[in-house]
Amino acid sequence: MPTVSVKRDLLFRALGRTYTDEEFDELCFEFGLELDEITSEKEIISKEQGNLKAEGASNVVLYKIDVPANRYDLLCLEGLVRGLQVFKERIKAPVYKRVMPNAEIQKLIVTEETAKVRPFAVAAVLRNIKFTKDRYDSFIELQEKLHQNICRKRALVAIGTHDLDSLSGPFTYTAKRPSDIKFKPLNKTKEYTACELMNIYKSDNHLKHYLHIIENKSLYPVIYDSNGVVLSMPPIINGNHSKITVNTRNIFIECTGTDFTKAKIVLDIIVTMFSEYCENQFTVEATEVVFPNGKSNTFPDLAYRKEMVRADLINKKVGIRETPENLAKLLTRMCLKSEVIGDGNQIEVEIPPTRADIIHACDIVEDAAIAYGYNNIQMILPKTYTIANQFPLNKLTELLRHDLAAAGFTEALTFALCSKEDIADKLGLDISATNAVHISNPKTAEFQVARTTLLPGLLKTIAANRKMPLPLKLFEISDIVIKDSSKGPPFFPGRCAEIFARHQSIGKLGVLHPDVITKFELTMPCSSLEINIEPFL
Amino acid sequence: MADGPVAEQLLRRLEVADGGLDSAELATQLGVEHQAVVGAVKSLQALGEVIEAELRSTKRWELTAEGEEIAQEGSHEARVFRSIAPEGLAQSALMQLPSGKVGFSKAMSNKWIRVDKSAADGPRVFRVVEKVEDEVQRRLQLVQKGQAEKLSEKERSELRKRKLLTEVTLKTYWVSKGSAFSTSVSKQETELSPEMISSGSWRNQPFKPYNFSARGVLPDSGHLHPLLKVRSQFRQIFLEMGFTEMPTDNFIESSFWNFDALFQPQQHPARDQHDTFFLRDPAEALQLPTDYVHRVKRTHAQGGYGSQGYKYSWRLDEARKNVLRTHTTAASARALYRLAQKKPFTPVKYFSIDRVFRNETLDATHLAEFHQIEGVVADHGLTLGHLMGVLREFFSKLGITQLRFKPTYNPYTEPSMEVFSYHQGLKKWVEVGNSGLFRPEMLLPMGLPENVSVIAWGLSLERPTMIKYGINNIRELVGHKVNLQMVYDSPLCRLDTEPRPQKTQAAA
Repeated sequence: MPTVSVKRDLLFRALGRTYTDEEFDELCFEFGLELDEITSEKEIISKEQGNLKAEGASNVVLYKIDVPANRYDLLCLEGLVRGLQVFKERIKAPVYKRVMPNAEIQKLIVTEETAKVRPFAVAAVLRNIKFTKDRYDSFIELQEKLHQNICRKRALVAIGTHDLDSLSGPFTYTAKRPSDIKFKPLNKTKEYTACELMNIYKSDNHLKHYLHIIENKSLYPVIYDSNGVVLSMPPIINGNHSKITVNTRNIFIECTGTDFTKAKIVLDIIVTMFSEYCENQFTVEATEVVFPNGKSNTFPDLAYRKEMVRADLINKKVGIRETPENLAKLLTRMCLKSEVIGDGNQIEVEIPPTRADIIHACDIVEDAAIAYGYNNIQMILPKTYTIANQFPLNKLTELLRHDLAAAGFTEALTFALCSKEDIADKLGLDISATNAVHISNPKTAEFQVARTTLLPGLLKTIAANRKMPLPLKLFEISDIVIKDSSKGPPFFPGRCAEIFARHQSIGKLGVLHPDVITKFELTMPCSSLEINIEPFL
Repeated sequence: MADGPVAEQLLRRLEVADGGLDSAELATQLGVEHQAVVGAVKSLQALGEVIEAELRSTKRWELTAEGEEIAQEGSHEARVFRSIAPEGLAQSALMQLPSGKVGFSKAMSNKWIRVDKSAADGPRVFRVVEKVEDEVQRRLQLVQKGQAEKLSEKERSELRKRKLLTEVTLKTYWVSKGSAFSTSVSKQETELSPEMISSGSWRNQPFKPYNFSARGVLPDSGHLHPLLKVRSQFRQIFLEMGFTEMPTDNFIESSFWNFDALFQPQQHPARDQHDTFFLRDPAEALQLPTDYVHRVKRTHAQGGYGSQGYKYSWRLDEARKNVLRTHTTAASARALYRLAQKKPFTPVKYFSIDRVFRNETLDATHLAEFHQIEGVVADHGLTLGHLMGVLREFFSKLGITQLRFKPTYNPYTEPSMEVFSYHQGLKKWVEVGNSGLFRPEMLLPMGLPENVSVIAWGLSLERPTMIKYGINNIRELVGHKVNLQMVYDSPLCRLDTEPRPQKTQAAA
């Protein structure tokens, strides 16, 4: 769940009133947000780096608010305020408009080389915007939040924002050999080739996480203006030339990626959030994107979609009895402008470009329920009549557990994942003989394989409890994972037996081989019995 | 009958004693160890007012082991003197004697003997006097007879310096008659015996009072693991509510059942290497239900069933990737799919409690393996109100009655809600579970009828267990490193009755 950090006083000013922490927490809860933490820059720095470093840092109160992972429209102060104000019916949801420029439309030409590395690009212009320090910071922060979430750490989509006045269109989005790309990247004073940059950024704590996205590609994506100025080398870095500042008035925004749908959503979110600060509020200047096949389209999409939902469906799914008019009102409070039409039971719901999360009627139902208030819904028990059954394996397990404990054995609960050594070397077996299931991405050796026997877990439990009085008598009934039948652990010669039940082998018992005991760092004799209980179901 | 012969003797003598008697003296008179008399005093004291005993400490002189030997054999110097024949003894031979060294110097300073250094074969020792009085022996013998007071202070301190005598403090009892004195006290029985029951003698028998502050002896026994005790209780609750247990006996699951079937898109962060354990061997699931896979693919990529879909290119090889299941909802998806294949549709209530795996960073509240509890109800026309009703009943069986619901986002439920309960100890609302109605994009491709809703909720098994048993670090609860004493000591699990411990940590 993404966390958005906003200045409390700035938030309250925008909301037009103040709240106590408890009141604001309550409002968040009702709306599906969570006021996670109340802190300040100073507190954060002092927590992470110590009091010394925190000296002089800001004492301004920050609210850290957890936002649902699918609500990209709430990832910045502007969106949060808009959502809450509409929810509280203090304002109406704005209508976002794409407008054609007075002069020539900006163009972004996509070449076919991009198909191999990062095929999609969309773009838009925010005209005559007015930043302040706080607005500018929020604009940068929103891009970062989008990068971390919907953009999947820039793998699916990467955003570049540029000072349009420093550039001259049309723009070209292409892909070139890294050695053929040379530019002065953001906040550097010198030009570097793409190869050099990839090397430099290996030690950059922020950027090093994105290098793998293009590192092994033969061509790197790059955007130029008509003078050959590099705007950006997505998804790594922008050029320094077109860098935006708090004084920038006209912004060219490009989103490139491997997922066209998400690139369009990301662009819509940025422009809907920040067109608030444009001279013509909530208008966005269109940009034409020319695809490699010669066709073109204008962006941002800013599409409004109409959905028809029956009022009784909402009532039936939520468990309430509201009039269609009331339901329409509830939905409108969720930025879903709605009205009753047709036979009086139909509600026409307008899905704004900010609500890409609404993909089905069930999403509309949820918003109606949130606006109604989850805690106002009457709780009732379903009349579903059923006869309960236990899963036979678990039923037998429960019976066995109790009798094993009654026989004086103590129940252990060990991990299903372990090292190869635990199930092979330590038991004197070759790993291939165990038929174990192997994990491809273990973070440590403790998670290399799924256990093929319960024995190592029990022996490790004993090894960790050597200070306990003897004898230690342990048992565990749990799952093991084997691809096929596998070899068991070795026993002391002449001190082991195979166990048969119902004419089939179900396991082995015996005194463990001293080599096994030693490898588990134990010194006392140890005997074990391991059987498969499935034949008894 | 008195409690043992010593106690009996004590009572008899006390009956005729003038005022009382001393336990040490009695021991001497009876010729028994003092400790035996002390035991008798204590057992008589336990009877009540039979005797009164006052603890006294007296000092007494006793012989050391060496002192005892000298009292018996004579002092070293006397023994040296006796070993010298009239014709003398070579000094070297004398020194070989057991008492030689000490005895020689003492006898010299007593002027009992002399040394002739000019003798032909080395120094020779001769008697100087005819006869000696062994004062040391005589004095020690006096002490032995209990007449140490006949020695002067100086004599005693000299013997003490020679480590022949030692002063000991003796704790004795001055015993006198109690208010209920009788020579015929009966012995208190400690245990009820089969003989007493059959003869009926227990009716007239006094019994020794129990010491209820003794620690007692723990019986040898086995123990069940606390987490699994809690698991048993949750199973019980579901069974009481009429829920049928789903099969969950497969840790390995294909990405298809773990994610795709739940309408979780293939680019979802949960499907990242950082969150999920993928398998190297066997890397891919070969058998997936073809028609169903096709419907799932279409719903993801293009939408359908009233959905816009996610509009991306869905890949079968991604769905085939085997994982260690990240949630038990994978098992619920299989169960619902099986249900959808049965016509006509019959309503069900399902539950499961089993292990799931996350490739997460480990800390005090997160392990790579944990247990999930999941409840599912599928029926016609179920509502959010029904879900809340079931949750209220479920949580009230856990002793949780104050509930509140918060809107949230889950990839495969809509509407979704988090369940919060008011925590008395923390004085705040804490999340206790997650819930929702499964999305139509998950249910309809399975083949479930359109008007069937499926409500579901889930929680972890570890967290309520940690709260219940007051454990703050999950590593102290699960895995081979746990202290077995914790397992031995864990009390019964009664989820609905016991007050929850005050000091608990809100686990994430």
